[in-house]
Amino acid sequence: MRTTATPAGVPSAGIARLLLAVLPALPTLCALVGTFLLFALFLLVQGQPGVEAIRLVVEGAFGSSFAWQSTLLRAAPLMLTALCVALPAQVGLIVIGGEGALALGGLAAAVVPQAIPHATPWFVATPLMALAGMAAGGVWIGAVGAMRQWRGVNETISSLLMSYIAIALFKQLVEGPLRDPASLNKPSTLPVPDAMSIGSLPGLEVHWGLFWGLVACVAAWIFVRHSTKGFAMRVVGGNNRAARLVGLPVDSLALTACVLGGAAAGLAGMFEVAAVQGSANASLLAGYGYAGILVAFAARHNPLAIVVCAVMIGGIEASGSLLQRRLELPDATTLVLQGLLFANLLAWEALGGRIAAWRVKLQAAALEESGVQLERTHA
Amino acid sequence: MPDLHSTIAVLLLSLIAGAIRVSTPYLFVSLGECLTEKGGRVNLGLEGILVSGAMSGYAFAYLSGSAWVGVAAAALVGLLLGCLHGLVCSLPRVSDIAFGIALMLFGTGLAFYLGKPFIEPQAPMLASFDLGGWAASPQLHNALHVNPLFVIGVVLSVALQWGLRSTRWGMTLRLVGENAESARAMGYPITRVRVMATAVGGLLAGVGGAYLSLVYPGSWNEGLSSGQGLMAVALVIFARWHPLRCLWAALLFGAASALGPALQAVGVTSGYYLFNAAPYVLTLAIMIINCRPDRTLAGAPGELSLTR
Repeated sequence: MRTTATPAGVPSAGIARLLLAVLPALPTLCALVGTFLLFALFLLVQGQPGVEAIRLVVEGAFGSSFAWQSTLLRAAPLMLTALCVALPAQVGLIVIGGEGALALGGLAAAVVPQAIPHATPWFVATPLMALAGMAAGGVWIGAVGAMRQWRGVNETISSLLMSYIAIALFKQLVEGPLRDPASLNKPSTLPVPDAMSIGSLPGLEVHWGLFWGLVACVAAWIFVRHSTKGFAMRVVGGNNRAARLVGLPVDSLALTACVLGGAAAGLAGMFEVAAVQGSANASLLAGYGYAGILVAFAARHNPLAIVVCAVMIGGIEASGSLLQRRLELPDATTLVLQGLLFANLLAWEALGGRIAAWRVKLQAAALEESGVQLERTHA
Repeated sequence: MPDLHSTIAVLLLSLIAGAIRVSTPYLFVSLGECLTEKGGRVNLGLEGILVSGAMSGYAFAYLSGSAWVGVAAAALVGLLLGCLHGLVCSLPRVSDIAFGIALMLFGTGLAFYLGKPFIEPQAPMLASFDLGGWAASPQLHNALHVNPLFVIGVVLSVALQWGLRSTRWGMTLRLVGENAESARAMGYPITRVRVMATAVGGLLAGVGGAYLSLVYPGSWNEGLSSGQGLMAVALVIFARWHPLRCLWAALLFGAASALGPALQAVGVTSGYYLFNAAPYVLTLAIMIINCRPDRTLAGAPGELSLTR
């Protein structure tokens, strides 16, 4: 092997290759470190043990099999609500109304068992409930896309307004016409019959929603990265005007992305009703829609990365009870941590420009080794 | 003399009273957003700032025993959070819309965390002017309670309208928001102008939050704000970036928000949640009517990413 004297400031080839591999993850790593530093500082200022709290977050998220189950239980709906942000993001729309789509999806799914014969076998009933949930969510977020494409209404604002309207509708129906008279303290719809509710994955205490969330993320990744339609969507997201000039059906692509995203959030609601709550009630509005926004942004709208990020954010949420028990911190502590993480993730995006410059330098250093004469090229 | 006890009269009076009472937070947040957007940035995080302002206003009013100290604290918190948005969005590659969403979640999370101990205690409220002592009907009397913050808001919208149009400072801000390139060519510090506009916008939203916790509904809890901060963003679009029109729009939104309670006052109790959703529906309807897909809105600052 030939050794070359490297000029000052340029690492040797082996290190350069290593650095090249971690370079794309650098903003995320910086954001994680920054978040935990700020979080520890935030607690230290109040006289709380900051470092201990971070250890407890990790322990509460991944420290035991119980912690893992509780983390995965939250990761399941987060994967689906994150898709409600990530899919419209492919066409350049920022949709943040997943909470409402989840609520209506759950409500629609909860109504299905009352509408079909009681003896319907589960393999008919469950898909019907899933379809109802997906249809409700899809229509709701689809309307946001339609308003955007045909009236130019800003989708970020309209999706959150639609979410508030959905929640009002949800409460009205659950406390009014759809209320189970037997639910006294906590207004709920009629419970989903045992035969139609969804059980746990074999060997786990986590319901099948986790599996289907995973399937949805993988399917979304294949669709976005490896199908013609997905490619067309990314063209629209990259440059709307160019996409129109090329003759892509921009409106229908945007609408499709919104409907698919809404359907994913609606499916999350269906699983929460059929596997966790047992009926549609206010516990459904646990903030999965909002946390899903963070998951999608952390994953940079890549459906495969969503799986990892959903487990991470699910872990942060799961650690709340441990923080509450051991340090007597309020339950909003995990909200602060999530907010810090979100802000850090976006702020460290600013590194992007530098990273492009570093990449060119490192590539040059890596190629030096193999004796390739690097021509001066434009990055 | 009209019959002030008929159902229609009671309903109308409660709507007008509600419009004045409920509109103030809309007014402050929309003026803040108007200022921010005139500089070419969008701050969706005003919702988070509103909640933070409500919490800090209530906490400081309780701790100091003076409601006005609470208002000042809320303004300061708003200023700091606005400054944060302004500074971070000045970094390259940071989207102001995305960071606004982050600030919305961070601001509410922070307020819920720090506000836990203040849900129980009773803070001093900001007293209102009683202008209706002469009125025979209790509803009319009630409608004429006007809060000093509302008066400040009205004065502020007139002042902003004038300031943006006629002062050097206002014209600089509008130039930066309209065409950053020419502002740069003329030597104006674009980043500094935008950060200042966003910070002052945050301050106004903070004061709006203090109104929520210190005047109406006049308590601190986690369900205090339900999207007023975000609706104010839509309201600015409706007002076409005119501070004075923000005032009328805020009154209209206040009336819509008062619809649910007003109907309850005359005995219509069914559909409570649906009537409470009236401001959201109104906002959506207004946006659908006002927006056009093929061109940007008249009056929209040219650098705005919201109406691209």
